[in-house]
Formats: sequence, C-alpha cells, structure tokens
Amino acid sequence: MSRISNEEVARIAQLARLELSANEIAELAGELEAILGAVARVQEVAKSDVLPTSHPLALVNVVRPDVVRPSLTPESALSGAPASEEDRFRVPQILGEEA
Amino acid sequence: MSELIYKSAAQLSESLAKKEVSAREVTQAHLDQITKVDKAVHAFLYVDTEGALAQADQVDAARAKGENLGPLAGVPLALKDILAQEGIPTTCGSKILEGWRPPYSATVVKKLRAAGVVILGKTNMDEFAMGSSTENSAFGTTQNPWDLTRIPGGSGGGSAAALAAFEAPLAIGSDTGGSIRQPAAVTGTVGVKPTYGGVSRYGVIAYSSSLDQVGPCARTVLDTALLHEVIAGHDDYDATSINAPTPPVVAAAKRADVKGMKIGVIKELSGDGYESGVSERFEESLEILRSQGATIEMVSCPNFDYGLAAYYLIAPSEASSNLARFDAMRYGLRVGDDGSRSAEEVMSMTRAAGFGREVKRRIILGTYALSAGYYDAYYGSAQKVRTLITQDFAKAFSSVDVLVSPTTPTVAFPIGAKSNDPVAMYLSDVATIPVNLAGVAAMSLPAGLSEGLPVGFQIIAPAMKDDRLYQVGAALERELAAKWGGVLTTKAPKLNSSAGA
Repeated sequence: MSRISNEEVARIAQLARLELSANEIAELAGELEAILGAVARVQEVAKSDVLPTSHPLALVNVVRPDVVRPSLTPESALSGAPASEEDRFRVPQILGEEA
Repeated sequence: MSELIYKSAAQLSESLAKKEVSAREVTQAHLDQITKVDKAVHAFLYVDTEGALAQADQVDAARAKGENLGPLAGVPLALKDILAQEGIPTTCGSKILEGWRPPYSATVVKKLRAAGVVILGKTNMDEFAMGSSTENSAFGTTQNPWDLTRIPGGSGGGSAAALAAFEAPLAIGSDTGGSIRQPAAVTGTVGVKPTYGGVSRYGVIAYSSSLDQVGPCARTVLDTALLHEVIAGHDDYDATSINAPTPPVVAAAKRADVKGMKIGVIKELSGDGYESGVSERFEESLEILRSQGATIEMVSCPNFDYGLAAYYLIAPSEASSNLARFDAMRYGLRVGDDGSRSAEEVMSMTRAAGFGREVKRRIILGTYALSAGYYDAYYGSAQKVRTLITQDFAKAFSSVDVLVSPTTPTVAFPIGAKSNDPVAMYLSDVATIPVNLAGVAAMSLPAGLSEGLPVGFQIIAPAMKDDRLYQVGAALERELAAKWGGVLTTKAPKLNSSAGA
C-alpha cells in the first residue's frame, strides 16, 4: 500500500467540492490509508474472468407513459431554497468576472 | 392508558377494530410515553404531536362512519428521518438539511397515510445513514433503552430505540449494510430488509443506491409483516422497483411452521470475533428450529470474507456521487454567499460546514476509489467481489430454503467505544453486509440476552422470497416467547422520566 500524501487528499477534496483544513487533510490521509489497507483485499479474488456487478437487479430502460400529471408549483419547489429571485433559484456567480 | 404502549400493533389493531379503544387514545398514550422517556433515550428528532392527533382523529371519524379500514389504521409509527414527509422537518441526521421541510412525501409515507397509520415523528440516525451507533448524528446520540450508556445500533438507532422504549409499536428503517438489522439486534426488536426493489425508495434520501432498501421494524414478527405488507409493492416513481406481487408475508408469519424446511448455517459468519454469549443464543435458536422439524446444515460462502471490504468501497463511492446533490443551491444550508465568492467556493464552504466527520471521510474515500488511476483497483474489484458473493448465495440457496447467522458479532457496545476507530466500527456490519451486496432479503429477530443485553438472530431468504423470513422467524419467536413469557422487549427495563436525563 503506497502512502497517501496530504497533497493527494487535498486534490480529492477539491474534486469533491469539500473545503478541508490542513488538520483535517492530515487526519484523513492517515485514516484513508488505514481504510484502504483494510479494503484492498478485494483485489485478491477479483480475477479478470469475474464479471463486475453494478446492481442487484437486471433491469434495463425502465419507462412509464409520458403523461402530464400534477407536479410541484414554483413556490413549493423554491420553498427550501437558500435564496430565490423571480421564481428562480438564485445562485452565486458561476462564471469568472472575465466571462 | 399506559398499558396501551405495551401492546403489539396486531393487538392494538384488534382493539381499534372492536372500538374498545380509539386511535386518539392509542396515539396520546404513545405521545405521553415519548414525553416521559425521550429525554433519556433521544430516539426522536421531531415529534409531530398535532399532526399525529389529527391523523388519529381522521381514522376515528372514518371508523365511526363504518368505512373499510386496513389492519394498521390508527396504529402509531416512528419514521426514520431519511424519508421525506411533506411539511415535516427532514434532516437525515445532518446539519446540511437542518430546518428543511420537504415539499412532497415519500411513496412509503403516502402508503402509510393511506393505510391510516399514525406517524408520530421522525427518528434519529447516523448522518446520511453512515454509521452503526447513531454517534454520527449531527443532533446527538440515541441511547439504548436496555442500557442508556450503550449504543442503540445504527444507522436506524432512533427507530429501534423507539420500539424498545415503547414509544411506538411500529417503525420504518432503511438498510444499506445493516442499518435496520443491527439496531434491531442490539435493541431486542425485529427488523426486515426486504428484497432490493421490494419497497419504493421514492422520497428516501439516497446513500448508496445499489444497496439502499427501506423496510419495516416492530417488536414482533407478525407486526413487522403487517407493516411490510403496507409499505411494499411496485412504484412507478422508483425505476428500481420490482414489478411483481409482494410475497405473502403476513400469511407466512401466521403459518409460523418450519417443518421440512432446510436451514443453512453460514460457516463464514461464526467463530472468531463472535462473542460467546452471541454464539450461545444462536446455537439455542438453531436447536429450537431443529426441534420444530427443520433440517440444519452447514453451508460455506467463502467470498463473504471479502464482503466488508467490497462494501466499504462500493457504498462510499456511490455516496460520493449521491451527496453531490447537497450543493447549497436548491435546498439546505448555504454558507459564504456574500457576493464575493463563486458558486464553487460557496459549495465547498457549505459542504465543509454542513457535513460531519464520517460523511467527509466517506466522500473522500469514495471520490478516491472512483478517481482516475484507482477505479479498476478499488471500485472495479469491489464490483467483482459482489458477483462472487451473489454466486455464493445462489449456490447456497440451491440446497437450502433460508440461511442463518448471528446478526452482529457483539451485543451493544458502550457509547464512545469505537467512535475514533472507523475500521473497528465498520466490523459491526460484517454479518449483515453480504445481504445488501446481493440484494436478497433478511430479518433480524431477538434470540435472547447475553449479560443482560439483546442478541440478534439473522435469517436470509432469496430475492422475492421474503415470506420465508417471516415463516421461520415467527416459528422461532413463538417458542422463545413462550419460554420468556412474552417477546424479548417485555423484559426491557421500564424507563422512567428521570432515567439518565
């Protein structure tokens, strides 16, 4: 098991959109290593001739008739929003200033 | 009317039907018990006193008019806080959803309401169902009614504790790796993880979508079956819902006969790591089933040894994706939105402030396991183990009708004992996890006490043969209850308002 560096954890945290303090990063690096050390044993039996299972049900393309039915009003859909404006979710700036 | 709280749902159903008691009286008795003991137990995150009484009054009015009501009409229930209930705070045990009131109800909630079941409130759980003790709840730990210094199991510790503390005769849980069965085991109650796809998950906050399943919890096998029948069935709103009739679970619980059945004991789920008291109760239960006419044989499922490892790759991987929806944009917490920060910065700050330690740990673990360069070694390998475990089950079920094991290796451990050692905590689920990986059905029911604390007996049945769980469970329960003078919770300590508060 290779060591998991603080930089690696910081990179993963950025991918996961999760701000972590330097302390949290160091702690998680150690914990991640311990957990991965315990779970890496799946590789012992995961031979190339074994097909992976992603899901217990063999369902393909479940569809239902495309019928209009009652749904949430804009008011109720926005009822839990941290901020809204003109019947829309208001979000912080998404593009940089230069865009 | 305090004796009402000690009755089973089936007994209450009968008294209600005969109009010996009203739904309001039954509901009030349970609300009073919650007021009396929940400071000590902390099973509930929210109690909907007015709503529950209003539901009860509706049932009483319908009964007075002679309407045809289902068997559970007027019987109270505790709802795990992972299910959306319109207008009622739903947190999933997380700060990130604190104060959120869903604009719609889960299908299971709609079915409960249609059946006249009275929803008392929302129960505590590990944050986003990640944990085995409720210690990961953002809103405090639930105490085990058998010993208030011990964990009630998790993630559904609130639902199980509510049953054992006689705050409700019925509860709903969800089970991704054992979150219904492990709490049932350590609280001396009954919990069923139905076949994957057997109960709708529409409106249930997702943790690991290929494993999550909602299920019934109660103090008796028959009560669990009555609830199972109410909540199960196909739902157009859940694409993973099985479109087939629900197995006849109530009839099976009433039949309670194991004569001629073949029961397989899973060799890999015993021995080292299982406390002697747990093994002794398990062996005694096997002896009862043998004396009732079942054949017991040892069955080997060699790949179960890899189940825990596969689970702790698959579940965090799926969680890291599912929990991406908590992005501070459409609902829940938002932190740092002061006009100077980008959406991405607000997202990262909000998730940092809103998620607890275990959730962060699993998001990081899952993101790592799915990231470029590691996907095949970790997530891919875990998916292959899943195939091998499914094959082990298929082979075992070709020679036996059900499989059995202890539900957990130990009785309830003290609060705080494992909270700083994630790997030790994960071991609580070693016997329950293979079931979720294969999508089969399983029950935990009480097998007795070890040093005064409940021990769970697990029964596993093939997919869509959930009725076998109830057939075997009810047979075992009948004999054990005769020995104990009632189901195990009859022996639970009677809590009073001063206990541990």
